[in-house]
Amino acid sequence: MSVTVPEAALEAAVWRALGAVRDPELDEPVTDLGFVASATVSASGRVDVDLRLPTYFCAPNFAFMMVADAHDALRALPGAVEVRVRLLDHFASAEINAGVTSGEGFSAAFPGLAEGELEELRRVFRRKTHAACQEVVARRLLADGAVPEALASLTLGSVRGLVPRRDLDRLRHRRAELGLPTGPGAALLVDDGGRPLPPEEIPTRLRLARTTRISIEGNAGLCRGLLRTRYGEGEAP
Amino acid sequence: MYEKDGERYFIVDEHIHFWDGTPANQANRYGEGFLNCFYDYHRNLSPEEHRWDLEHFQKQSEEDLMRDLFEEGHVDKAVFQPTYLTDFFVNGFNTTEQDGALAEKHPDRFIVNGSFDPRDGELGLEKLSELAERWNLRGVKLYTAEWKGGSKGWKLSDPWAYRYLEKCQELGIRNIHVHKGPTIYPLNRDAFDVADVDDAASAFPELNFVVEHVGLPRLEDFCWIATQEPNVYGGLAVAMPFMHTRPRYFAQIIGELLYWLNEDRVLFASDYAIWTPGWLVESFVDFQIPEDMAGEYGQLTTDVKRKVLGLNAARLYDIEVPEGLGLQVPRQRETGPVVGAERNEEVLR
Repeated sequence: MSVTVPEAALEAAVWRALGAVRDPELDEPVTDLGFVASATVSASGRVDVDLRLPTYFCAPNFAFMMVADAHDALRALPGAVEVRVRLLDHFASAEINAGVTSGEGFSAAFPGLAEGELEELRRVFRRKTHAACQEVVARRLLADGAVPEALASLTLGSVRGLVPRRDLDRLRHRRAELGLPTGPGAALLVDDGGRPLPPEEIPTRLRLARTTRISIEGNAGLCRGLLRTRYGEGEAP
Repeated sequence: MYEKDGERYFIVDEHIHFWDGTPANQANRYGEGFLNCFYDYHRNLSPEEHRWDLEHFQKQSEEDLMRDLFEEGHVDKAVFQPTYLTDFFVNGFNTTEQDGALAEKHPDRFIVNGSFDPRDGELGLEKLSELAERWNLRGVKLYTAEWKGGSKGWKLSDPWAYRYLEKCQELGIRNIHVHKGPTIYPLNRDAFDVADVDDAASAFPELNFVVEHVGLPRLEDFCWIATQEPNVYGGLAVAMPFMHTRPRYFAQIIGELLYWLNEDRVLFASDYAIWTPGWLVESFVDFQIPEDMAGEYGQLTTDVKRKVLGLNAARLYDIEVPEGLGLQVPRQRETGPVVGAERNEEVLR
């Protein structure tokens, strides 16, 4: 950790790193959601980040994931000599902050109150966000005239140029997080385990994925509103 | 009863509270945090003219409640759902007894629901019988994620939960209202998970399971279960006020619910005192699916609105609907659902 990085460059890197930390339920970066209350760097390479959430009772498991992910992302930055991430104004702030700092994991942070770590929970939500991202891409193709069953024969590579690049990149990224194939030859529509969806399952799968997407988007909107109510109209720095 | 444009609607508010969230009753910082969290929901989603100051939000008088519900709120009948939270509030936040005292003064206005916790074992079964007899219970409100001693929550599918549900059947308690999240423990699971409702609803087909807040923020999981279990209902508490702040999102929620469940299993609720029913009823009667979404979701007919606002809950609680306030087109269901163009038969395989 002896690399010296200019303060301004480190600060920019800090914001970029935080921009890659997502709320696992809402599937949006904590920076876009306004969850970063402040981020400062010092000349000596110390990074201080304060996070905040829409309510005092936001689920502590998801809160822990975001604080830990932010901590990990910042510690990986060249020039970040010392990193401190704090969660503010939450009923479990003390436990979460201490747990993340010690690096001993979630169970150790809540002795007797948690069973196991959070990886399975994270996977459940990665599956949901993957299904929702898949539906966004499929919806565009259907709007342009494709029939649902015909989507079964498409690959990630074959729809390039037919759907917005951003949506396709997002789908690939979510798929990589689940450890599923992301190459151009991979099927466009797959289930949680990577099995290509058979044509007859596609309409129902997409219909349910749409409800998932509506649920995620709606939840994100509610959280934004509650954050504004709690902290005022001002945007995050 | 609410009347607009010559149409009349019988109103049942299936989810109300009579709480004490005053600082004097707050046992600790959790109680304070809980009340303030509710208050932010209230402030964020209420129209400006219906926003209260914190002090008024902490506790309402009997006069406030009677006015907000029955004089200004158009409500004909309201269902009390208790929220004990005895770890957070000295005398509990909102107990069956607090509700019951008010209901006894206005017997034609309220239905009193109780609660149980299967971790109370045999003793709890006896207490449930007493509670049922004392208040003539037809429903209970359950919080599966509540922490108790060394336990980090429970599931409706637990063996002891089944014993309590059997007891409910025996006692004539038919309506099981289930509240998922936002609670504190258990920490490593998803407190909003509704999977256990599926098991219990299959095992107890004669009971009705009302998932409060229509499973939000897990709308899709709730819809999936409700599609397969005909005795699962969705309570609209918390979803209703989106009509004001985010009408297009509300249109999507109600559209999704009518698509997956149909219009017989969606129930109006204000979650009073988080919101007052008056503006919710008025807004819902005026509400329509936006034109560009009507292709997907159809339109809300006055009969769909009648069912959601009161007739569905009246059926669950055997509430007599006055002459002339029933459906305009009787037995509409048999002629096919009005909204939610196609039924999803393939998911039922």
